[in-house]
Amino acid sequence: MNIVVCIKQVPDTAHVRLDPETHTLKREGVKSIINPFDLFALEAALRIREQVGGSIIALSMGPPQAAEVIKEAIGYGVDEGLLLSDRAFAGADTWATTAALAAAIGQIKGVDLIVCGKQAVDGDTAQVGPGIAQRLGRPQVAFVKAFREVSDQRLVVERQMDDGFDVVALPLPGLITVVREVGEPRPPSLKGKMRAKKYQVPVKGAAELGLAPEQVGLAGSYTQVVKVFAPQAAGERRRLEGPPQQAGTQVVDLLVDNQIIMLGS
Amino acid sequence: MDYFFSEEQVMIRDLCRQIAEERIKPVRAELDEKEQFPSEIMKALAQADLFQIIIPEQYGGLGGGCLENCIAVEELSRACCGVSTSYAASFLGAYPILLFGSEEQKEKYLPLIGSGEQYCAFALTESASGSDAGSIQTEARRDGDSYVLSGSKQWITNGGQAGIYTVVAITDRSKGARGATAFIVEAGDPGFTVGKKERKLGIRASATAELIFSDCRIPADRVLGKEGLGFVVAMRTFDKSRPGVGAQAVGLAQGALDEAAAFARVRKQFGKPIITFQAVAHMLADMATEIEAARALVYATARFIDSGAKDISKVSAMAKVFPSDVAMRATTNAVQVFGGHGYMREYPVEKMMRDAKILQIYEGTNQIQRNVIGQELNKEYGRSQ
Amino acid sequence: MVVIIDQELCTGCGECVEACPFEALSLENDKAQVNDACTLCGACADICPTGAITVPEVERAADDRAAGAQGVWVFAEQRQGVMPEVVAELLGQGRRLADELGVELGAVLLGHGLDGKAGELFALGADVVYMADDERLAALNDDIYTQVLARVINEHRPEVLLAGATSLGRSLIPRVATAVATGLTADCTGLAIDPEKRLLLQTRPAFGGNIMATIICPQARPQMATVRPRVMKQGPRQEGRQGRLVQVALNAGDQARTQVLEVVQELEEQVNLTGAEVVVTGGRGLGGPEGFELVRKLATALGGVVGATRGTVDAGWIGHAHQVGQTGRTVSPKLYVALGVSGAVQHMVGMQSSDNIVAVNTDPNAPIFSIAHYGIVGDLYEVVPAMLDRLAELRGQGA
Repeated sequence: MNIVVCIKQVPDTAHVRLDPETHTLKREGVKSIINPFDLFALEAALRIREQVGGSIIALSMGPPQAAEVIKEAIGYGVDEGLLLSDRAFAGADTWATTAALAAAIGQIKGVDLIVCGKQAVDGDTAQVGPGIAQRLGRPQVAFVKAFREVSDQRLVVERQMDDGFDVVALPLPGLITVVREVGEPRPPSLKGKMRAKKYQVPVKGAAELGLAPEQVGLAGSYTQVVKVFAPQAAGERRRLEGPPQQAGTQVVDLLVDNQIIMLGS
Repeated sequence: MDYFFSEEQVMIRDLCRQIAEERIKPVRAELDEKEQFPSEIMKALAQADLFQIIIPEQYGGLGGGCLENCIAVEELSRACCGVSTSYAASFLGAYPILLFGSEEQKEKYLPLIGSGEQYCAFALTESASGSDAGSIQTEARRDGDSYVLSGSKQWITNGGQAGIYTVVAITDRSKGARGATAFIVEAGDPGFTVGKKERKLGIRASATAELIFSDCRIPADRVLGKEGLGFVVAMRTFDKSRPGVGAQAVGLAQGALDEAAAFARVRKQFGKPIITFQAVAHMLADMATEIEAARALVYATARFIDSGAKDISKVSAMAKVFPSDVAMRATTNAVQVFGGHGYMREYPVEKMMRDAKILQIYEGTNQIQRNVIGQELNKEYGRSQ
Repeated sequence: MVVIIDQELCTGCGECVEACPFEALSLENDKAQVNDACTLCGACADICPTGAITVPEVERAADDRAAGAQGVWVFAEQRQGVMPEVVAELLGQGRRLADELGVELGAVLLGHGLDGKAGELFALGADVVYMADDERLAALNDDIYTQVLARVINEHRPEVLLAGATSLGRSLIPRVATAVATGLTADCTGLAIDPEKRLLLQTRPAFGGNIMATIICPQARPQMATVRPRVMKQGPRQEGRQGRLVQVALNAGDQARTQVLEVVQELEEQVNLTGAEVVVTGGRGLGGPEGFELVRKLATALGGVVGATRGTVDAGWIGHAHQVGQTGRTVSPKLYVALGVSGAVQHMVGMQSSDNIVAVNTDPNAPIFSIAHYGIVGDLYEVVPAMLDRLAELRGQGA
């Protein structure tokens, strides 16, 4: 099975701390990492390859330094990588992002399955996977949490829903996005890391994808950020001083008085 | 301190550190509490190619040496010695095949060990035969194209988990120490069973079990080297593996220092962090100094062994005895720095102290190591006179 | 394309560097410099004291879809015949937006066996219901749902379409937005109308919730957004309110390629995290897995469910289904109680839109206190029993 895994380079938000004074992000020394959800996508792809054979291409879009996440993916054991990088891609919303990613996948021969992480932790949109599927006209199942059947013709997967899960059959070629329940990502391997060190990441720009500058990046985006501001502190914030027992009693009283909790009967 | 590792060595260290932090630390207390073999972690170590480290390249391995092994073992031990023991024991079982195996044996077994598909174990100790390896009772009798093993081995690390065992048995009791032979026994060989799993003070994630051979019949081509080489196989194996125990000790002691120093910075008494009290600071200073000395000794010995040096018994013993004594002191003092907290199972240092003790005992007690060093000194100074 | 910095006017004060959410600005030789990370959001231009920064107009392909598009629509998701609460919230918000724009509020309902559902939508404020009732729509198959929804949109051309940021909505709606070629803003927590331009101002948390971004879709239509559940207010329910029902027929060729073989509803408490009124969460400060017993007690007393931080889940103290935060569930209950939770950014992202946050932690500098409405510095093992006692006392069960 030929698999494409879409990965994204993001700031390591798990290690970002808030400045207690200004409530802004302390960005100094924040590393760039593979989007954590994409590690589950990689793991899912690696397991599928173990089961039915085939090859995996890791695909990313980003600035030149995003080649690092492709190399990391090589370290985890994917076969090849491809980076889409072009100044024209900058500022893309999900519409313009899927334009580039779908064009790149369309140029790869015989792709049976596209695997994406559920969402990226910097944007949290969860829109890119379904967007790619639609552009390529392929069936999709989002939020896959387990595989019940894997073959070259179809997958039978469990799709996480808010109140449980669905068992869905997906004919291939198709696309899935995965959640963390698909399985804990394996560590990278020493042989993979050694290969990654020497690996030259292929790079394609808009022209090589057959896309005009106005189809990608900021210019090719339908949405536009018009304002950015710090979240408002909703309501009053207060510390309840005094001994712990007293504070415990007091907070219950306050919650009751403000009708936040109902005593009911 | 910078020990001028190669790029590959740095890669091994960083990868092992990552696995230790992400996979081992979160579950080490539970594995210890439940005395549970770390199957998931061992699988991850295999996926990370860590069982390939000392396997030669022609068998699909990475062709690393003693130093690479020590780097990996140290980092894993920093998080949990129970896990690192399970890992290192596989190499302990593999060394006899690496050192004395025939081409056929290497081709058959090394790829299985390197991929982590099968774990390995080394079986020498018996209930009545500890430091006095010459007193082993397990016998192997030649019978046509096979050998028939009978007897039992005690306290075998990875017993029941391993697929491949290297077993030392007596083939000719009249020849004394030259009458022992090393064999490869596979899980599933007829007459080979695994007895009870031991309950231990420390390294409780590791599986320690009895191996029972009741007329266990194995093909004659399972002999390692040749008949009579059993003790040579064992001694050469230990010469290679002892710095690994030293590396376990360095990692464990470092882990204890990490915990103790971090705790001493946040624990306040008399209105100040306790690290600002000289009594505590000096304990930490001694721990740090001894650990660095032990680490330097382990690395230097490993590099010496990797250079192809022949006379390695003495330095190899030194690289086990000193670090393991350091680890015992460092973990005991880490508990002391934690005070009452340290005695509680909620904090990791009491486990570290329990884990440390075995390092002074297994793969030759520290008393035996000192004997080895003493005998070598006697030889050296005898020559120079 | 990046912002334009007038090097003459720039004084090198660095305020723009601080203000930029995308790390696109830096100071070099005491002058502001911009890199490709710039998204033209304008945060720097707003703050620049000397007016040295201007945001250039982006030239986009002409798109006249705004002309002629009319109406606010809500995608009324249902699953197994049950519409989640968010549908009522969307209709409440949609009604307000529609009234402001002076247009109709439409609702789109796809499924099978939908008898009575349209009336429900009218009662909740819809003027028109577009309903496709067909057995091929019985379960969620994104491709056929997309075909039908996109066809209805293209035919009737609403200017706004809102959907719930539920699993179903976030699986389907991005595909629909792509199919009709328009912009989509995910997981909005604020929606308003710019009356001059008739644009939908879509506000959502970005960068781990540490900044809010307001996003518009200036040309393409409809302006689409998924909306976080439990944020918008439901409107008044008017029984018997009438509306116009438009039946949508499927084409003969409409066929799903995926096939839903089984629908499994799990009724365990954890699955309701997202919809819970009260969430009581335990963090590493509990000290061990047994600490969750106390968390459970308080959750039960408050009629809520148990949440957990990533640290406790990773340590194996509790199952991942309980995890709140970026790699777990996003919640916005009426009351969120954080016990022994320090407040890692990735956790706070998942709960900071809660209406009321109570935090108990021994560390007075724990970041959780920066967003807590009621902060208690103290040992949770002293505070929580006192809370339980007080609750019992007030309920007349004696302390």
